[in-house]
Amino acid sequence: MKARVHITLKTGVLDPQGRAIQHALGSLGFANVADVRQGKYIELDLQETDQARAREAVDAMCKKLLANTVIENYSVEIGS
Amino acid sequence: MKSAIVVFPGSNREQDARAALKQATGRDPAMVWHRDTGLPDVDLILIPGGFSYGDYLRCGAMAAHSPIMREVAARAQKGVAVLGVCNGFQILTETGLLPGVLLRNASLKFVCRNVTLKVENSQTLFTSGYAAGQRLSIPVAHGDGNYFAEPDTLDRLEERGQIAFRYCDGNGETTAAANPNGSIRNIAGIFNETKNVLGLMPHPENAIEPLQGSTDGRPLFDGLVQALS
Repeated sequence: MKARVHITLKTGVLDPQGRAIQHALGSLGFANVADVRQGKYIELDLQETDQARAREAVDAMCKKLLANTVIENYSVEIGS
Repeated sequence: MKSAIVVFPGSNREQDARAALKQATGRDPAMVWHRDTGLPDVDLILIPGGFSYGDYLRCGAMAAHSPIMREVAARAQKGVAVLGVCNGFQILTETGLLPGVLLRNASLKFVCRNVTLKVENSQTLFTSGYAAGQRLSIPVAHGDGNYFAEPDTLDRLEERGQIAFRYCDGNGETTAAANPNGSIRNIAGIFNETKNVLGLMPHPENAIEPLQGSTDGRPLFDGLVQALS
């Protein structure tokens, strides 16, 4: 079963990499970009057939390792 | 004082730390590979600088979950002194032994030069070799040293004397210009609540002999020996 995890910075956390991307876009002529925040996308392939159990497991993975909950939020999609 | 240095794949300042501890204690610290199942009985555990696990996912995130770190955490709970330098500081925040997180430097540049630090709290094992407010010249070498924590965490750290060092200018002023990485409130290093764990981004182990341009790191190690022997 596939799980897709999006990890994003919490509002208020400085994102200089997002800012650098915004400036680069500006240099390329994309002038209408008000803000850019960069996150992470992780795909997991689980040997699990039960959706609820899969979600619980991935949630635990996010809390324990995949996301730093001091500065990051995460969202989980289960199934293809 | 007996000490141990934990070495991860990608650690690169463990020999510098070893030299500093050997100079201060007169004995060779135990070099503990991260896969070793036990830590020797020591007074100080040092987590060195480098790029453990290549900084994969987040700096220090993988190393924080190494079985050896569970043992380090258990020792810290018992009151054993733990010193995390640079990547070691990152690892300690990822394990939760210290609050907050180290983000990418605000400038996005890897900063490698001497900075001036102000000793905020000299009443601890680690800083007893310094005077309160003393200014130190210590090198930094990092791309992800931007310390961040929520305002209520920061206020608590301040109230409880848990701020160890701040970046400052030649006059001891904690200005933005003196801040190499954008760390909130110019914080360069912090203690845990019981002040037996210290994490800092600068490298005191690289300021122990005149050839390095500064010996301001020596009193940290000498002070530890005095306090723990």
